[in-house]
Amino acid sequence: MTGPKPPLTLSLSKGLALALAITLPLSLLAGQVWIDPFGPPVPNATAILIELRLPRAILALILGAGLGAAGAAMQGYLRNPLADPGLFGIAPAAALGAVLSFYSGYQAQAILLPLFALIGAGGAMALLALIAGRSGGIALFTLAGMMIASLAGALTSLAISLSPNPFALSEIVTWLMGALADRSWHEVRLVAPLTAIGMVALWRAAPGLDALSLGEDAARSLGFEPSRLLWLMIAGVGLIVGSGVAVAGMIGFVGLMVPHFVRPFTDQRPSATLLPSALAGALLLLIADCLCRILPLAGGELRLGIALSLAGAPFFLRLLLKMRKELA
Amino acid sequence: MLEAHGLTIPARLHDVTAQLGRGRVTAICGPNGAGKSTLLSALTGLIAPVSGTVTLTAQPLDQIPADERARRIGYLPQTAHVAWNLSVRTLVGLGRLPHRTSALEDARVIDEAMATMQLGDFADRRIATLSGGERARALLARVLATQPQWILADEPLAALDLAHQRSLVISLRQLAQEGAGVVLVVHDLALAMNTADHVVVLDKGRVAALGAPQKALSEQVIAKVWGMTARWLGERGHQALAL
Repeated sequence: MTGPKPPLTLSLSKGLALALAITLPLSLLAGQVWIDPFGPPVPNATAILIELRLPRAILALILGAGLGAAGAAMQGYLRNPLADPGLFGIAPAAALGAVLSFYSGYQAQAILLPLFALIGAGGAMALLALIAGRSGGIALFTLAGMMIASLAGALTSLAISLSPNPFALSEIVTWLMGALADRSWHEVRLVAPLTAIGMVALWRAAPGLDALSLGEDAARSLGFEPSRLLWLMIAGVGLIVGSGVAVAGMIGFVGLMVPHFVRPFTDQRPSATLLPSALAGALLLLIADCLCRILPLAGGELRLGIALSLAGAPFFLRLLLKMRKELA
Repeated sequence: MLEAHGLTIPARLHDVTAQLGRGRVTAICGPNGAGKSTLLSALTGLIAPVSGTVTLTAQPLDQIPADERARRIGYLPQTAHVAWNLSVRTLVGLGRLPHRTSALEDARVIDEAMATMQLGDFADRRIATLSGGERARALLARVLATQPQWILADEPLAALDLAHQRSLVISLRQLAQEGAGVVLVVHDLALAMNTADHVVVLDKGRVAALGAPQKALSEQVIAKVWGMTARWLGERGHQALAL
């Protein structure tokens, strides 16, 4: 649509895909039990690889790709490099749903947790559409998202404070920190189709996001209906973030950071950042999860959500300072 | 022909009827709050009137599919803000979004639009590094890249110095001569008088005068609409307004 695809974007995507192809098999070897393909055989190596590490790595790829693409789309939609998928309030609403599932008891929780999280995400998406869907206005949409995030956060705190027993309280808090530990093919099967549908929605929104670079009126004059774009964004970001929270808890900052890594290597159109952001998000989460797995930590492994927040918060601060300098 | 028939948008436009033709420059003038930008938005199809219709070659605008409308009417909003620091070529390329043509064809049209606006040397420059005049030309080139029959621009000359105003006016007149319908919201009455073939004067959302610039921007109309005594000086095509 804007002439031949810039070779820079294409080679960036190829480079990231190659990095993923190298990192994925290597990541499977790392963990509490190191598997050296050229060393002596490790007991249960096949089971460790196929049943534990592979689903976990695939989950990291899916979640990272989804969050990276959702972040790039959000920044394009809101025309703001500080935007994050969390701004829609869908992640906190999904977390609220998941926290409520902890009231159901341990037995039912395995099924109910993702289901409740998806219901929470769906509720937030419906509420967003109800409040802002008709006008398609971005400002109203952002405010509605912040309101939903705030409400879901308050209700989650209430649910935690009314926790039925200390065990549930500990489970809730730990789960909220976000992690890929102990996940299986069951979670992969749940999150993969929903993330795929979400990605398709974002892909279809991409030309509209490019047009939005010129402002809402110019985008409309180029034939893009704001309400259609809004629905695609709600569906895309909602499915990706909602299903992600349902299987891994709260994992923040991926969507904020990743587009900044790739944008300088693209022509800066939002559509040009989508694919590289998805690939870079997948790579980031795969490496971060691998590091969490191998870092020696008393009492278990570092939670992925915490690790990314520890890296993401200073990144956000640096970004703010850079933007302050540019605006000054 | 782009026509407004009895357009009414509460508190902004009241029963506005105007016929705009291709191959000429039409200026929409009026005091602040007269409804100029609203009329331009309605003519682009961005605002739906409560009553009345806008027709494009006798077809109601709201019955034309959005992408077809976008290919036929190019709109340049007042704001020159672009969210990302795109290169000039990428910015101009956004004008191809309503089309589903090959990348090669897109590249050819983009080059042509940049050449028309004398932006050939700027193709790879980032827009943050452009001057106000260069940016205005790049934004207009983006509209040209759509290859529209109509170019509707909201105060495209407002932020430009005299030299850049003149350069842009020459380009717009050239486009009109090549058959495009050019509609501009203009605050500068002398610019409208010397540039436009046709003028629509709005006052409090109503059409106060309509027609050739000498008639629509007569001293009597200026006194009535702007409440000012003014005199036109100089020869036709080079007139200045003395207050």
